[in-house]
Amino acid sequence: MKSLEELKAIRDKMKGQVDIREEDSNATRVVVGMATCGIAAGARPVLTAFSNAVQERDLQNVSVVQTGCIGLCQYEPIVEVFKADGEKTTYVKVKPEMVDEIIDQHIIKGNVVTKYTIDAAKLG
Amino acid sequence: MFRSHVLVCGGTGCTSSGSAKIIEKLQSEIDSNGLHDEVQVVKTGCFGLCALGPIMIIYPEGSFYSMVKEEDIPEIVSEHLLKGRIVTRLLYQETVSENGVKSLNETNFYKKQHRVALRNCGVINPENIDEYIGTDGYQALGKVLTEMTPDQVIQTILDSGLRGRGGGGFPTGMKWKLARTIVPDADQKYVCCNADEGDPGAFMDRSVLEGDPHVVLEAMAIAGYAIGANQGYIYVRAEYPIAVKRLEIAINQAREYGLLGKNIFDSGFDFDIDLRLGAGAFVCGEETALMTSIEGNRGEPRPRPPFPAEKGLYGKPTILNNVETYANIPRIILQGADWFASMGTEKSKGTKVFALGGKINNTGLVEVPMGTTLREVVEEIGGGIPGGKKFKAAQTGGPSGGCIPAEHFDVEIDYDNLIAIGSMMGSGGLIVMDEDNCMVDIAKFFLEFTVDESCGKCTPCRVGTKRLLEILDKITKGQGTMEDIDKMEELCYYIKANSLCGLGQTAPNPVLSTLKFFRDEYIAHVVDKKCPAGVCKDLLSFEIDAEKCKGCTACARVCPGNAIEGTVKNPHVINKDKCLKCGACIEKCKFGAIYKK
Repeated sequence: MKSLEELKAIRDKMKGQVDIREEDSNATRVVVGMATCGIAAGARPVLTAFSNAVQERDLQNVSVVQTGCIGLCQYEPIVEVFKADGEKTTYVKVKPEMVDEIIDQHIIKGNVVTKYTIDAAKLG
Repeated sequence: MFRSHVLVCGGTGCTSSGSAKIIEKLQSEIDSNGLHDEVQVVKTGCFGLCALGPIMIIYPEGSFYSMVKEEDIPEIVSEHLLKGRIVTRLLYQETVSENGVKSLNETNFYKKQHRVALRNCGVINPENIDEYIGTDGYQALGKVLTEMTPDQVIQTILDSGLRGRGGGGFPTGMKWKLARTIVPDADQKYVCCNADEGDPGAFMDRSVLEGDPHVVLEAMAIAGYAIGANQGYIYVRAEYPIAVKRLEIAINQAREYGLLGKNIFDSGFDFDIDLRLGAGAFVCGEETALMTSIEGNRGEPRPRPPFPAEKGLYGKPTILNNVETYANIPRIILQGADWFASMGTEKSKGTKVFALGGKINNTGLVEVPMGTTLREVVEEIGGGIPGGKKFKAAQTGGPSGGCIPAEHFDVEIDYDNLIAIGSMMGSGGLIVMDEDNCMVDIAKFFLEFTVDESCGKCTPCRVGTKRLLEILDKITKGQGTMEDIDKMEELCYYIKANSLCGLGQTAPNPVLSTLKFFRDEYIAHVVDKKCPAGVCKDLLSFEIDAEKCKGCTACARVCPGNAIEGTVKNPHVINKDKCLKCGACIEKCKFGAIYKK
């Protein structure tokens, strides 16, 4: 290593990964239902897809956590997104392919991806 | 990439309570649940709460599991890591409240702490340089080499107000400035790190080396640039095998990355570091003895001046700083002198790490801003004294320091306040004593230590401390006179004034400070022939209260000296000639019938 740029490149690569070890009460929380029902419906690849996407983009203040049964087993995998102000959005029947869209549209830009939410599913 | 990180403490405290086995089990459970691509196990340095080890934190939830056992691992993996259900029964109970799980930072132990020197301990994997870089590691070295002149670096350290954390409290920037300027045409200079932590009960430096070894390497390189040295030595105790191993790994990784070696960051600056292992002599923590030892000679001090900044290692200008001092340097460079100077008191800036030990609930490592009161450290962070006993005194500064009695419980801890009340900051050992501790016995304990560790080069220390110990021994055996107390005090001042190095000059401090604050205890030993705390065996006798004794024979069976006589269902009697005064009978008696007098 001969330049600061090389050092910064390693830092930026590692930062997203080490940041997971910080606690921040102002964080946006992405909560994935990982009870038996969720896992059976395919929640694990969804969880890892969210976790990877957040770290790859080095998103600050976003944490991806698991939870148990949310109570709507027929809609699993369920992902709830809590913004710092407490606003909650519930996405249902989430597939790994939807993750990028939810992150880019909702978490980064603040536009809820309505078509994947529970309200849309109920209407449909 | 991993969605979850499991941090397990790999410091000495948790290693000795079995964390290595836990890591092994964790890894195999994670593998058998098919989670190895999702969950990363990280062996870190010390989290600080050693009393509750082995400790494990799982992120992103931040769940703090304490006293984890091997058989708990399958549950943690299948419940928490697989299904996201936190295993509440294993959580550190302070983090569990009615409204769910609290953040670790809200617990009493961590709330008032402010981690600068320990900021990476328990957060990163100390054996992975990338993780250190990921938390801004080596950025300060980069900044110094590409943007700052050596004089600017020294000025920044001066402005920060950082003082030596090894105990002396000498301004670090001043030391560097002297080493840079005092011998203008020096052909060679050295940067040394004092990691020969020897005070009984102190383990701050060990924890930094084990948890964040790269911070010391980075800071030493910065110091080298500032004073114009290209070689560093870390003098570390051989009794710290984990620290030594991690330092070796860190040095190799830094060399591989070109962060140590020739022409660092293409700046033309060369710097390398080697380890030197100390063989466990306390005196080698003294700077001149340490350097003599690095040179390959017997570790004995020499008179100062000349100070090391002028004539140090191999007769060349040398700076010698303590591990914790170095651990502050990169942060000061990155966040600025003003940031550092905004913490602490007028003359003591920044934070200080303390190793809490003795009669305290949360045995472990804490870092608090200077000016935090002793009461806050003991009662709030330390969780108070076990068994609801009364605080009697705190011992700081190890064998060189003194006792802070209850009347000074609200003292704001900084260098000058502690000296004003007859103790000293020392390297950071803080031993708490309650009403069951005898202060004469404590003084004797530390004197035994210094007598053992005196190198023997100068007479006041070699002979003086020995005579001091003999008088103390007489007093604890009930053979002392009031004259002895006066003689002892006089001898203390003589040793302080005439010893060659810091070891001898400070060796009488435990005696002087206990004499100052607990003279009545000495007098009780001498005049009444009593040990008020019930510690000094020669002044005690054990008795059985015949009215309370049920004759259950439990005490007689546990007595190792067969000193208890009596028949079943009749009151027992202790034969004083045979009694060893071990106290085993008191612990065994269910009826509270045995007492010390």
